[in-house]
Amino acid sequence: MLKDKRIQVSPVELTKEDFVSDQMVKWCPGCGAHAILAAVENVFPKIGYRKENFAFVSGIGCSSRFPYYVHTYGFHGIHGRANAIASGVKIANPDLSVWIATGDGDSMAIGGNHLIHIVRRNIDVNILLFNNQIYGLTKGQFSPTTPMGEVTKTSPQGTIEHPFITAGLIMGAQGTFFARAIDNNVKLMTEVMYEAAKHDGTSVVEILQNCIIFAEKAHTHIANRESREDTQLFLKHGEPMIFGKNKNKGIILKGTGLGVVTIGEGGITEKDILVHDQYSKDPAIHRMLGRMMHPVFPVAMGVIRSAPFVTYDDLMEDQITTAQNTSKIKCVNDLLRSGDVWEIK
Amino acid sequence: MVNKKNIIELDDVVVKFVGDSGDGMQLTGTLFSDAAAVSGNDLATFPDFPAEIRAPHNTIAGVSGFQVHLGQKKIYTSGDFCDVLVAMNPASLKANLKVAKLGSTLVVDSSTFDQKAVEKAGYITNPLEDGSLSKYNVIHAPISLLTQECLKDHKIDKKSASRTKNMFVLGMVFFLFNKNLESTLSYIGKKFKGKPEIKEANMAALKAGFNYSETIEAVNTTFRVGPSNLEKGFYRNVTGNVATAWGLLAAAERSGRPLFLGSYPITPATEILMELALHKSLGAKVFQAEDEIAGICSAIGASFAGSFAVTTTSGPGLSLKSEAIGLAVIAELPLVIVNVQRAGPSTGMPTKSEQSDLMQALFGRNGECPAIVMAASSPADCFYAAYYASKLSLEHMTPVILLTDGYLGFGSELFRIPDVNQLPEIKPPLATPNDPNFKPYRRDPVTLARQWAFPGMEGLRHRIGGLEKTDIDGIVSTDPKNHQLMVNIRAEKVNKVADYIPLQGLVGEDSGDLLVVGWGGTHGSLISTVQNLQQEGKKVSLAHFSHIMPLPKNTAGIFGRFKKIVVCELNMGQFVNYLRMTLPEFRYRQYNKVEGLPFHVQELTDVFHKMLEE
Repeated sequence: MLKDKRIQVSPVELTKEDFVSDQMVKWCPGCGAHAILAAVENVFPKIGYRKENFAFVSGIGCSSRFPYYVHTYGFHGIHGRANAIASGVKIANPDLSVWIATGDGDSMAIGGNHLIHIVRRNIDVNILLFNNQIYGLTKGQFSPTTPMGEVTKTSPQGTIEHPFITAGLIMGAQGTFFARAIDNNVKLMTEVMYEAAKHDGTSVVEILQNCIIFAEKAHTHIANRESREDTQLFLKHGEPMIFGKNKNKGIILKGTGLGVVTIGEGGITEKDILVHDQYSKDPAIHRMLGRMMHPVFPVAMGVIRSAPFVTYDDLMEDQITTAQNTSKIKCVNDLLRSGDVWEIK
Repeated sequence: MVNKKNIIELDDVVVKFVGDSGDGMQLTGTLFSDAAAVSGNDLATFPDFPAEIRAPHNTIAGVSGFQVHLGQKKIYTSGDFCDVLVAMNPASLKANLKVAKLGSTLVVDSSTFDQKAVEKAGYITNPLEDGSLSKYNVIHAPISLLTQECLKDHKIDKKSASRTKNMFVLGMVFFLFNKNLESTLSYIGKKFKGKPEIKEANMAALKAGFNYSETIEAVNTTFRVGPSNLEKGFYRNVTGNVATAWGLLAAAERSGRPLFLGSYPITPATEILMELALHKSLGAKVFQAEDEIAGICSAIGASFAGSFAVTTTSGPGLSLKSEAIGLAVIAELPLVIVNVQRAGPSTGMPTKSEQSDLMQALFGRNGECPAIVMAASSPADCFYAAYYASKLSLEHMTPVILLTDGYLGFGSELFRIPDVNQLPEIKPPLATPNDPNFKPYRRDPVTLARQWAFPGMEGLRHRIGGLEKTDIDGIVSTDPKNHQLMVNIRAEKVNKVADYIPLQGLVGEDSGDLLVVGWGGTHGSLISTVQNLQQEGKKVSLAHFSHIMPLPKNTAGIFGRFKKIVVCELNMGQFVNYLRMTLPEFRYRQYNKVEGLPFHVQELTDVFHKMLEE
């Protein structure tokens, strides 16, 4: 169970059933979103806040139907604006655990502005960013994360756009928390969601999600269970960045970047391998880890960055408390009678 | 030797201070109006400044002005034409001579009228020398030179000394109007508390200007505007934007819901955002968003979370907020959207006023999307308009669009300070925790407002949003009959607000030859004109609307009792066309203007005379 300085914990032990909605889940069979929902239902009782203190906010897209499928307070917004709406929810009531379900189109195209600014402000919310590299609900147009050259309904000759790397965008926006997970690994999703809830500030969890209809296999090359030990690097704070079926590959600093080495080859020992420090305030290594791409690198999974910085909502509450303690104006009548006021008798 | 001066008693007088941006004319005008207010005058003011912060020196584009209308009678407008024009450079004289009455007094800083400045202003010859001002009472005063001269023993540099010339001219004008210097001296004392040299210099310049007027022969007549017969009570001067902010704060306090403002800076609405940012001690949470859309969306989020949420903007920003207003309408959340209108379309004329966003406020959204629409009628009325807009939004669980305009927002007038605790109470329909009968769209049978349950409340977890929902249960639905029902309910809920607003009032008899109809910021010019005509014995009345959607229930009754109806607006006919579709049984005449300027009493008088004769 998590302890937060503001959010009330549940007086009773909660279970998954406390968060299961009575609504029919209308995602396509085989969609990665089902697994994300399962992870949320798993992790909320573990987080252990009072169930009325959870609020889910979303925008538009397949991801954004999420609030209807989880039994919390929920607000289904308009396209791209989930992060702006959630900013208002959290600032208005910092005693809430605010979660955002959004997608690559919702948050990185139409809502790109709100995403970078919520992250920059470090408002204490948790963003579950479903990245399926496609527009699903509008049936298969390319998104800001679709790989260049991909043929979609609006790119019959292949896209001619450079995609965003989500981690790069978030850390470029001064992000304090970034984690990555994949929809076929519920255990990992549950772990990073818990870490996201624990982090004070904007937590972005990128979930590589499979759209079975319009972008099937977009992540297969890294998601494949048989090969994932070689294609994914599972980061753990304080542990060396070792991966591979034989646990013999590792990440080292090489020149101005990162490199992949094999332990035991060319005099490399475990001591040469970088040790993960997710709490480092300096984002330099986090940025490089976030940008590692298959096939040159394994894709970094888990919590890449969780740096402690003050949050917007805490500062807002502090300023209000200070003003209330120091100002002579205690009510609107005081305000109206302050300054240049005269009496006509 | 002191000259003996004639004193002329006046009912009201209009003074305009004009100069280069940076000459301090806004401050000079404000200090003059404060002094007049303290001496008991009623007043209205209006600043007139360019959109650019500092346009090129000594050009027409860089002219900044501040107009004050003070009187011992009730003052409704900042005045059409001025009795005294204070011009600090040739460009400001050139730009403003057209608003000076023939025979009016011009106080001119003659030391700025060198050949270069005269030419830059677009004059061919120096107007102070070529006789072109012979129909005015011109007071040539080398103000800049005299200011330097009077400060030569002060320990300040030449530039700082020069900056006090606005105090010199203010001193001159105080003498001209038989006002004392006390309130301004006290202001200077406070403002420059930590800078004794600057403080002394400003005080010295003010006094020197006063004494100079007293000495020179050019000032042979002074004016006195006696105290106004104001109702007893505490007063202050207030601009419309500040009054709007205070009305919102009062509504938050009386409703018990904390204020959340999500806004993005935009002229001429920014002052509301800045004013509310000052009042964290009252619990106001002010979020300066990354754009207009985030402004309103954060407010909607805050409203969902149980705050009294507001967003403030001007026309282009209202366009950007349209989709989100629809979200608040379908989610049935309280939200106040303040639109301080300006001249459009697009960026238009940001510092100039217009009433051209009415149709946008009424209809500018996708779908069948009704919202309550209200308008404020004067700077001080912005307080009450904001308060009542908030009350309706919070009690009826639906967005309210409050229209003010740049003229109201920047303009000021006297505000008789109310006791906030005497204002009508505001009771939002809060849900009861653990109420087994709670449903997101279960409604009060009378108002049709749903209950407000928000995150944190025990036993009331639910989901709402932009998708159509079933009546009562609030389940996502595309059922045809349900959609029709929900559209009808949302419209009916807004229409029912007519039962909770005051009946439309009239200035004048309740029947007659001509009914003047207006709304919003034109109230001052319309009432001044109508009262003049009534004094002439004309059967003219004014119906000035604050409630536009819905209209007061007696509107048709009033319209039916007049032979002619004329609807006057600072747009091309938006309210009149709304009336034509809402109450088509009447014939409406219209008078419209879109010059970025308020109506003049004289032009309205001519229009109404003509209509009466037709």
